[in-house]
Amino acid sequence: MSNQKQPAKPETPKKDAGQIFLEEVTKEPPRHLPRWQRMLQAAVIPVLAIFTGMVMGGIIIILTTPEVYIAFRESFVQGLKASWDAVASAYGALLVGAFGSPSEIIVALRSGNPELIYQAIYPFTESLVAATPYIFAGLSVALGFRAGLFNIGAEGQLFMGAIFAAFVGYTLKGFPIYIHLPIAFLAGAVGGGLWGFIPGWLKAKTGAHEVINTIMLNYIAFRLSDWLLTGPMKRPGSANPVSPSILESAKLPEFFGDPVRLHLGFIIALLVAWLVHWYLFKTRWGFNLRTVGANPSAARYAGISVAAGIIIAMTLAGALAGMAGGNEVLGVNFNMAMAFSSGYGFDAIALALLGNSTPLGVVLASLLFGFLRNGATRMQLVAGIPIDIISIIQAFILVFVAAPVIIRTIYRLRKPAVEEEAVLVGGWGGK
Amino acid sequence: MATTTSAFHKEIAYISPTRQRVMGVVFLVIGFAIWYLFARPLEPGLTTTFGMTPGGVEAVVSDLVLPTLATVDLLAILCGVLGIIQLVRPGGFKRYTNLVLGITFASFVLAFLTSAAAGKSFNLAGLMHSTLLKAVPLTLGAMAGILSERAGVVNIAIEGMMLSAAMTACVAASITDNLWFGVLFGVLTGAFYGVVHGVLSIKYKVNQIISGTAINIFSMGITSYVSAKFLQPIQELNSSGTFKPIEIPLLSKIPVIGPLLFNNNIYVYAMFLFLIVLHIGLFYTRWGLRLRSVGEHPKAADTLGINVFRTRYMGVLLGAMMAGFAGSYFTLGSVGRFDEVMTAGRGFISLAAMIFGNWMPFGSFGAGLLFGFADALASKLAILGVKIPSQFLLMAPYVITMIVLAGVVGRSQMPAADGTPYEKEST
Repeated sequence: MSNQKQPAKPETPKKDAGQIFLEEVTKEPPRHLPRWQRMLQAAVIPVLAIFTGMVMGGIIIILTTPEVYIAFRESFVQGLKASWDAVASAYGALLVGAFGSPSEIIVALRSGNPELIYQAIYPFTESLVAATPYIFAGLSVALGFRAGLFNIGAEGQLFMGAIFAAFVGYTLKGFPIYIHLPIAFLAGAVGGGLWGFIPGWLKAKTGAHEVINTIMLNYIAFRLSDWLLTGPMKRPGSANPVSPSILESAKLPEFFGDPVRLHLGFIIALLVAWLVHWYLFKTRWGFNLRTVGANPSAARYAGISVAAGIIIAMTLAGALAGMAGGNEVLGVNFNMAMAFSSGYGFDAIALALLGNSTPLGVVLASLLFGFLRNGATRMQLVAGIPIDIISIIQAFILVFVAAPVIIRTIYRLRKPAVEEEAVLVGGWGGK
Repeated sequence: MATTTSAFHKEIAYISPTRQRVMGVVFLVIGFAIWYLFARPLEPGLTTTFGMTPGGVEAVVSDLVLPTLATVDLLAILCGVLGIIQLVRPGGFKRYTNLVLGITFASFVLAFLTSAAAGKSFNLAGLMHSTLLKAVPLTLGAMAGILSERAGVVNIAIEGMMLSAAMTACVAASITDNLWFGVLFGVLTGAFYGVVHGVLSIKYKVNQIISGTAINIFSMGITSYVSAKFLQPIQELNSSGTFKPIEIPLLSKIPVIGPLLFNNNIYVYAMFLFLIVLHIGLFYTRWGLRLRSVGEHPKAADTLGINVFRTRYMGVLLGAMMAGFAGSYFTLGSVGRFDEVMTAGRGFISLAAMIFGNWMPFGSFGAGLLFGFADALASKLAILGVKIPSQFLLMAPYVITMIVLAGVVGRSQMPAADGTPYEKEST
């Protein structure tokens, strides 16, 4: 912003890195506007970021479709048409894959045949299933942000949660579901929480930066899982690194009949999101945590223990990510294998930013990513676009949300009253 | 932290008495562990044979045959003596404490190898050569990180840059049938990401970790996408071949180290060259002083007329190009074809090597060798018939980095302004 000419700019007080970061993360439009208008304004950047991300994805699809080049060689109009066809068929398949086909749903509902209805709503429910781990993982990163911490280790915490949940899921025998399932699910939270506690404790005690430690712990978790699944936790008689199947009494119950897999985990995720909201914004502990994130020195002055805040925040963040792992094991896969997560932990960073680090925002962003991920499976089948396109789209969305200036420049939006440029996190070494 | 500029020349003169005693006990414990774990279960009279010639080269020196028990005992005694000296002598080993720690650690590893290969033959030179090769991408990646972070921009996107560069290098080399084009495209790919990372984090002041994460996600996505769409159906795009080892005359005839160091492909030589150039560049030239100054105290640098933004762009760009070069190693220097997610976290180990090496080129090389050794040994464990799961050795780099970062074994000194965007005050 050096080209801005503002005469007599008032001396801005030196802000703490965490403070600026929190302002960015929790930026809110001015108070004087009505509520709906404020919400609308807060949604402008994320919505435009998503839209632009999809457009960029479309461009990549066009660039990698050989037919387009052939058509352009014939004539420009033909080329445009081929480009449009490529994108339309891909995104059309994505939409149908994510939501199901409307006509099919109407026909099924009219017929009243439950089997047909299940078939028709299957894609939509499958998207919700895909969104569930995103909600947990997104909440994990968002909670960290609120405390001024960067939890880049959700992926490792997810693995540990899955390992713990799977272990309890298949070893604890002879309990009814209402005892076994909660224990298994909580075991997931404990596993993730442990993996969050370590970097939190290290940061509080030694100042070691949580970003590096969580990255390192990610890989330690991968290796540890690899060892457990090829050694102590290996399914007897199996050639692959996979744990034994969990018992029936540890499975998250499903709501509908086959093939619909929508399970209790989704409701738990929504419930947990509400709990996190309540914790952060309605309780004293949540207030303390946010104060530690916003201004550690003010928190210290007010008698809030910063060290305790950091440890609690990282542990809770880890527990949330661990629940994502537990949810996948207990609700979807029913065992633990190395390939069970495909980068939920890293996508979670995009989710937290997209959702403005509010639980409601995270849930909405997770639903979007769930739709994307599930729809992309069909896109791969029908349009031959590899599923990895959604990673590309997610990366673009992440960039655009993190750099609102780019979106503002593209769409010629005015700069808001609230300062929202710099997103800061201190350097590596802490302090 | 303001004194970090002189960290290179600073010697840690003072070692606290607690640290001295703890280290002494650690040395003794290692010595005892060697005896307890390795010497005690051994039967007397066994010998261990260490092959001293890496594979694929005609033998110049004969194999090293050691009496197993005596060797292990000797190493245990060495560690014990070092521990006693550390405890008894005033100040212990002073500033050489970490070096001695390294010696005891090396003794432990050597004792482990000797006892594990008791009565058998084990190719020690092969292990060393494989260590060196595995250290190459780690060291190059760490130097990428150093270039960027010495200028004050955190780069956790080394992994993503390497991965994409590995692919473009392979594809370019396959299409043109010229490996050097592959290297060029790998470096250019790195440069592309460098520009993205630089513009996002320097111009738009996006959080550098978010920017890096975005690049990692993007790179993972685009390489898997292209691989699934083009490289798997069309194999001709994905068969680059590799650089062949070049034997340096005379030098490669030196016993033991000759075949180890002077019969490698260009990446190994390039690594040594870059190490020297970067070390001299960073610490003995005006260029390096400027680069480091914007990483330590950008405001002061700006006052002295150094263009902070341009210098940072340069650091990020050079670092990214280095990461691209490191990425091309995976395809052109090692396997000869691209596989999805083939870097497998090596970029993050590079990051760890950079931290462990205290943001110094040769320090990172040491760290790279250590981490490479863990990696190389992990694949040899099965041959030795040792019960330790290889995953624990693969975990070692990460655990060691966390320990170093926590300040247990010396504190790493990061550039003071690393990770902080610079805002020029508006005039």
